[in-house]
Order: sequence, then C-alpha cells, then structure tokens
Amino acid sequence: MIPAVDYIRVLPELVLSIFGIIVMMVDPVLPEQGSRKRLGIVAVVGTLAALAATAYQTGFYGEAFYHMVRVDTFSVFFHVVVLMIALVVILASYDYLDVQSIRASGEYYALILFGTVGMMLMSSAIELVLIFIALEISSISTYILAGMRRRAAESAEASLKYFLLGSFATAFFLYGVAMIYGATGTTNIYNIAKFLHIQQSTLAYLAVGLMFVGLGFKVASAPFHVWTPDVYEGSPAPVVALMSTGPKAAAFAVLLRVLFATGAPGWFWMVWVSAALSMTLGNIGALVQQNVKRLLAYSSIAHAGYLLVAFAAGQQVGISAAMFYAASYAAMNVGAFAVVSHFASAGEKYVTLDDYAGLGRRSPLLAGILTIFLLSLIGIPVTGGFFAKFYVFSAALQSGLVWLTIIGFINSAIAAYYYLRIIIVMYMRDERSEAPVARIPVGLGIGLAISLIMTIYLGVLPGRVLEYAIQGAQDLLK
Amino acid sequence: MNLINNNILTIVIFLPLAGAILLLFFPRRHRDIRYFALAVSLITLLASLHLPWYLVRGQSGFQFEENIPWIAHPNIHYHLGIDGISMWLVILTTFLMPMCVLISWNSIGDRVKEFFILMLVLETAMIGVFVALDLFLFYFFWEATLIPMALIIGMYGHGRKIYASVKFFLYTMIASVFMLAAVIWLYAKTGTFDFVDIQGKIQSGQVAGFEHAAFWLFLGFFVAFAVKVPLFPLHTWLPDAHVEAPTAGSVLLAAVLLKMGTYGLLRFNLGLFPDQSRRNAPWIIALAIIGIIYGALVAMIQPNIKRLVAYTSVSHLGFVVLGIFSFTQIGMDGAVYQMLSHGISTGALFMLLGMIYDRRHTYDIGEYGGLATPMPVYATFFAFIMLSSVGLPLLNGFIGEFMVLSGAFQAKQLYGILAATGVIWSACYLLWMYQRVFYGNVTNPVNNSLRDLSARERVSLWPLAIAALVMGVAPMLWLHSIDPAVAATLRQFSSVVQAHAAHAPGYLSGADVARNGVQAVLQVIGR
Repeated sequence: MIPAVDYIRVLPELVLSIFGIIVMMVDPVLPEQGSRKRLGIVAVVGTLAALAATAYQTGFYGEAFYHMVRVDTFSVFFHVVVLMIALVVILASYDYLDVQSIRASGEYYALILFGTVGMMLMSSAIELVLIFIALEISSISTYILAGMRRRAAESAEASLKYFLLGSFATAFFLYGVAMIYGATGTTNIYNIAKFLHIQQSTLAYLAVGLMFVGLGFKVASAPFHVWTPDVYEGSPAPVVALMSTGPKAAAFAVLLRVLFATGAPGWFWMVWVSAALSMTLGNIGALVQQNVKRLLAYSSIAHAGYLLVAFAAGQQVGISAAMFYAASYAAMNVGAFAVVSHFASAGEKYVTLDDYAGLGRRSPLLAGILTIFLLSLIGIPVTGGFFAKFYVFSAALQSGLVWLTIIGFINSAIAAYYYLRIIIVMYMRDERSEAPVARIPVGLGIGLAISLIMTIYLGVLPGRVLEYAIQGAQDLLK
Repeated sequence: MNLINNNILTIVIFLPLAGAILLLFFPRRHRDIRYFALAVSLITLLASLHLPWYLVRGQSGFQFEENIPWIAHPNIHYHLGIDGISMWLVILTTFLMPMCVLISWNSIGDRVKEFFILMLVLETAMIGVFVALDLFLFYFFWEATLIPMALIIGMYGHGRKIYASVKFFLYTMIASVFMLAAVIWLYAKTGTFDFVDIQGKIQSGQVAGFEHAAFWLFLGFFVAFAVKVPLFPLHTWLPDAHVEAPTAGSVLLAAVLLKMGTYGLLRFNLGLFPDQSRRNAPWIIALAIIGIIYGALVAMIQPNIKRLVAYTSVSHLGFVVLGIFSFTQIGMDGAVYQMLSHGISTGALFMLLGMIYDRRHTYDIGEYGGLATPMPVYATFFAFIMLSSVGLPLLNGFIGEFMVLSGAFQAKQLYGILAATGVIWSACYLLWMYQRVFYGNVTNPVNNSLRDLSARERVSLWPLAIAALVMGVAPMLWLHSIDPAVAATLRQFSSVVQAHAAHAPGYLSGADVARNGVQAVLQVIGR
C-alpha cells in the first residue's frame, strides 16, 4: 500500500504530465487552419500549477515510493529552476512558433512539459535506475524538439546528431550504473553511500568514470562537448534556451548526487581536467564565431567548465556554489536566447553578428536587455553572473584549488572579449537596414521580464537564494 | 541635520542614477533631456557641497559613515565613508559633471538620451568608487565605471572609436581581475570585506599566511590601479581612448577616471600593505619617473593636439605616483593636490579642445596657426589653462608639483632631480604647441572665419578658470582637510615601517620629519 503522501512528493511531476496530456488532447480538436498558439496558455498554466505544487511540496520533505524519490531542499531548488526555465521558454515560444510557421504547436508544448517532468525527476530521484529513466524522458523530448524546424536542413541535422551522440552517452551512463550495481549490490544512492563507506571497491572507480562520461555529455563539458555548436546552431532558438539550461541543470543535479551523496571515489582529477578543458576550449572556440547561436553554444561549454570548478571544490561550499551558478546561469542564458529567438525572425535568418549591427539604434529596448544578459555572462557586478562566478571561485580558493582558480580567472578575462563583441556590434557598428525588428510580443516580454528580474535580483540580493542552496547542499550530504 | 549627515553619501551617489532612471522615461526631445541632465548634475553638486561644509577637520578616520549589512553570505556591507582625500575627489567629480553636460550640449546630436543616461550612470559609479569602504563594494563600483565609459567612447567617439573602446575595456577589465583575486584571498582569510577591519587584522598580524602572500596581493591591487593611472608601461590604452572619445568622455577620463587609480594606490596599496609598499617603492618610483619624462618627450612630438594633451596626463600622473611613494607628508599632500589640480587643468584643456573640434573637426596642429586673431577669448582661456597645467606659480598646477618635488627630494635627491626635469619639459611642449596653434599669422584661410566662444561655452569654462586660480592662491582651503587624512595614512604606515626599521636604514624619514617639512613649505606657499 502506497501512502497518499508519496503522491504529494511527486505532485509537480504529476501535474505537469497531466497538463502535457491535456495539450496533446486539445491539439487535434482545434481547427485545422488558424493559429494554435492558445495551446501555449495551457502550457503556461501547467508550469504555474507545477510551481504551486512544488511550493506545496515543501511541507512534505521525505522519501517516497520505496526510496525511489526524495524531496528535500536540494530537489525543490532544482524543481524551481527547471520550472522557471520551462515557463520562460514557453512564453518566448508563444509567438515564435507562428513567426517560424511551425505548425506542430501541440507536440512542441507537450514535449517541453514532458521533458521538464524528466528534468524534475532527475533532481529528486535517488535510485539510479529511475534517474536513468528520467534522463531518457528529458533527452528524448529534447532530441525531437531540436528537429522542430522541419523545413531547415540544419535543424534535422541537429536533431539526428543530438540523438545519435546522446544515445551513445546515455549508454555510458547505463554502463556505469551496471558497474556500480556490480560493485555494491544496490542502485539506491544512499545505500551505495553506506556500502562505499564501509568497503572500497575498484569497480566503483570505473563506474564513476563511465557515469561522468554520460553526464558530461549532457552538460556539454569538454571533452564531451563537440556536439554542442552544431546542435545549438540548428535547433529552434527557444529550444536551445531550454537545452542549454534545463537538462544541463538537471544533469548537474544528478552529478552532484552521484559524486557527493554516494561518496564515490576517484572523481577529483577527472572533474579538474574536465573543468579546465571546458573553460579553455569553450572560450577559445567562442572567440572566432560569427554566428551568435554558435557563439553562445561555446559560451555554454565554458560555463559548464566554471560550474565544474565548483564541483572540484567539493564540500558544502562547492555544492552550494554550483547550485547558485546553475540558477543564475539559467536566468541569464534563457534570457539571452529569448532575445536571439525574437531577433532571428522568420526562418531564423538573422543570427550572425553582422545582423546585430545597429540593433542598439533600431531596438534600444531589446538591445539594452540583451546587453544586461551579456554583461551577466561576462560576470559584471550587479548581475547574477557576477555572484555566481564569485561563489565558485571563492569556494575553489577555500578548497585550495589555486591553479584551477587562476585558469578560471584567465578564462573570464578571455570571455569578456567575445560577449563584448556582441555589445560593440549592436551599439557601435552602423546598422544594416535589411534586418528588421518586430515589436516585442507580450509573451516574450513577460518571459524577458522574468529572466531580467531574476538576473538582477541574483546580482543585488543573492543572500536568500544562496542560503537556500546551502540548505540544499546540507540536505544532499546528509 | 543628523538625518542628512547619516545619509548624505547615499544621496550623493544615487542622485545621478535616479536621474538616469527618470531619463529613461523621457520622450526623445533633446532640449528637455539636456536641461534635465544639467539640473540633475547641478543638484548633485549642491548635495555634495554638504560634505566639505560639515566635515570635521581635526578628526582622523572616516566621516559620514554608513554601514549596513547588505549580503549575509559572503559578509558584504554597504559601507561608505570619506576622509579629506576622497571628499575632494567626490567634489571634483560632481563639479565637473555640469560642465560636461554643457560641453556636450550641441556636440552630441545623435542618441542624446542614451548619452546623458550613460553620463549620469557613470557619475554614480565614479562617486561610489571614492566613498566605498567595503572592498567588495569598491570593486563593484570600479567595474561599474567601465561599461558606461566604454560605451561613451564606442558610441559617440570618432575615428577608430571601436578599437579605442575595446582596448580601454579589456585593459581595465583584465587588470582588475587581479584585484578581484586579491580581494577574494583577503576575504577567504579574514572573513570580511571591510577595509577598516581588514586593515586592523593585517596590522595586528591575525591573517594567516599573510607574510607569504603579501607581495602577490600588493601586486594584484597594484596592477589594477597602475593600468588606470596609467603608469608606464601600461599606458598605451590612454592616448587611443582620449583621442577617440567625445569631449565629455575625455574630460571625465582624464579628470576622474585616472584619479581612481592613484586614489586606489593611496588608499588600498598603502593602507593595506604598508610594508610591501615600502619594499616595492624603488621600482615603482622608477616607473613613475620614466613616465614623467617619457610622457613629456612623447607629447612634444605629437602632431595631434588631443594626443599631446593625453600624453601630458601620463607625465603629470607620474608626479602623483612619485608623491605617493615618497612616503613623506608633503609629497603625499602634494600628490593629492596634484590629483585635484590635474583634474581641473586637464579637464579644462580637453573642453577647450572639444570647442575647437566642434568648429573644425580636426585635432591636427598643422591645420591651425594664428588662432589668436579670430578667437581672442578662446586664446585667452587657453593660455590661462595651459599655464595652470604647466605649473605657473599662483595657479593650481604649481602647488602640487612643488610639494611632490619637495617630498621627492626628502626621500632621495636623485628622484627630485630627475622628476624636476619634467616641469621643464611640460613648459616646452605646451608652450611650443601654443605658439604653433595661436601665434603668428593665420596660415589656413578657413580659420579666419571661426566664431569665438559662445555664451554657453564661456559659462562652462569660467568655473574651471576660477577654480584654477583659487587653488593656486589659497591652497590651504584644500590642504586643511587633506593634510590630516594623509597624516592618518602615514601614521599607521610609519608604525609598521618602524617595526621594520632595522631592515631599512635611512630610507624613510619618520612622520615627524615630514610634518616639520610640511610646515616649512606651507609657510612658503602663502600662509
């Protein structure tokens, strides 16, 4: 007999799944012709309901379904992050779908919702098998979403590439799970922790390595990052906003559980090298990009690197820094991609740096907002990006990772250059008249406002969120 | 009154920002925007005049302090406060701002709204740099000056503006990353960002591992400030930024932003790492002296007037650094005074250059000649300001240079002798430039029909000319409050230095000697 409280502990996932099903059922009922963007409203209501369910959940911390799921501050933190991402992405897609004449609105919104369910489960599951299933739910949704611009060859390419390489990577993860089962006889994170606490096992080293490969692919950290630029370039821009933050945040949550909650051995140098490589390769790659989506793809690789620095720092400070980073990266990156998606206009024609020339004059508001997101990505004070970097590097210094910190600092300096390039092009180059800017639609406006407020809020008053992250880190290690 | 005293710094900092936010909602009618920006800058000036009025002169330590916890973790406080040094730099900023608005009245014709928003945001950030006493808050404002300035150069400049803007941004940004690293290290070891607390902990030796890290920390701060000053050989961004920037941008860059560097050296490098400052002084002074001479020589051969004036900054700021690292009361007093007077003179010079640029759209000296005939008023103002920059007695430049040189002689005669040549050079290049531009017959017929200064332009120049004269005649008005602040810096300094006196025989004369010196000099300069 499963107690009723167990259902509350998966309530947000349930709510979101139900709304996903509603979207799919309403879709065929709507008339063949005409706009289907009303479906977006259902999806928005769904995410809001799931947010409310998450808030309700905070009164019911604990484990559910025979130690499959665990609700604590850690999982609630990531639930909120993922749901906010989904909310902004749906809002940004509201008019985007019509502009790009993507007819499959029903599938689009439903997949976003289902994908979000997967991401949420990833952060609350404490059973490796369930984690794997959640990972697949979120991945498969994003594989399809990447190919949503059906008429564009590069979108199909992105989808296929993401699918093939992604399946390969999940296989690695599954191998790792199998190994750890072989080593410890259990797939429950906390039972593994108990076992490894008593007895070391060489097989566990291999398992951790394999799982790191699988998750490293999902978070686009070097050397598992090669798919990122192509996939981001081809996918629809709002989907990239989702992909580059949601599954990433969820995968980082899993990685936190796997590395820290289990007390797994032998990950330190792996993470260290991957962090250094991601930062360096990401930033150097971004320097030479002409396509804004590709540029932001490389930047997201670099940001995965900064996040891994926090992992390498470990302990409570490192974990909380990583959580804070995930949240503020989500706020600024979703915002940046939302602007890109609006400016791209029909057929995503205007995505190169040259198209951004003179944007500051043609659309001062949009350019100003994008500038704030870019400054946050650089890590300028008053924005969330600054505190995120700040916490990560101070955690690293506290753990004595001087060299990694130095590499990180040098990288931040390099990164300033290419983000700045976009700002310069927008404000200081002469405009090109053929790239028009439409008025900002309401949905996108609300979405941008949310990301903007979050970015600034995290930059001015980071205290509350950080305290929550520290609480989450304590819960994770308990 | 207490209520105002307790919040005056916040008011002064955020008035311009509030103005900028209001300006966001203004319709794009250029005239209204200009008048509004002028009004905001004047109100800020008035508010800032509260500071010298109510400053308690004899009292050491910081005044008008505000200390509110801002972020619990990390332990960041909104801690503001001023002493006699930072107060005058704040006034310099607020004093120049209305002039910058006036000078941009007609020369900025495009994207006017954005321009004045950027200017007001920049003002907030600049004032913040001078009053922040929390290292984090300081860094915050320090970085915040960067973006509006880079945008002002890049959007409203001329010629290779993008190149200049990016160069300016990257130089400063990369250098300040080193400072951030040092700040984080200090936080990790002391658990606070508060300047006063950290200073206390370092002095009482409570910071673990400080001995080993001190040099690197010193260097971290030093690099960030040296780029800003700019100290030879980190000065290469300066001529580009100055030449390509719009007039108001050049004025603020020269008058205020460069002072942020020297202020930082004085407050943080000397305040936190007195021992390291003493150890590293020889090579820093050497760089300063190279800067004085090199800047002057390079200025002399410039065919572009604005570039010429830009290089004079390298030379004059060398004096400031020399004064600071002479560790003598009079030298440091002079350094602070030189900061202010350089702000006035060079600010005014850039304004004058902007006026001629508005008419002819060139800075090429060869294009001019004999300007005194068509533009007598302009020529008079120019001569006056130029002489104040050269260091003519009774004008502001003289006092600062004289005191710095006295300090340098006290520290080591060689320093004084070498630096004194800078005074000669500066007379050479400025007078020679003046001769080529203003004297003789009008060589280029276009110049015959140039209008002389308009009423608005005169209004923007008079305050600076008067300030230059008053600063030259009655320096005690300023030195009264600068002197105790410098003495306080030097006092905490000499106590540490005396503890190490065994290692450093005869290098540093004690603070007492310095005080005697200052009294002697003050008698000379007109008390």
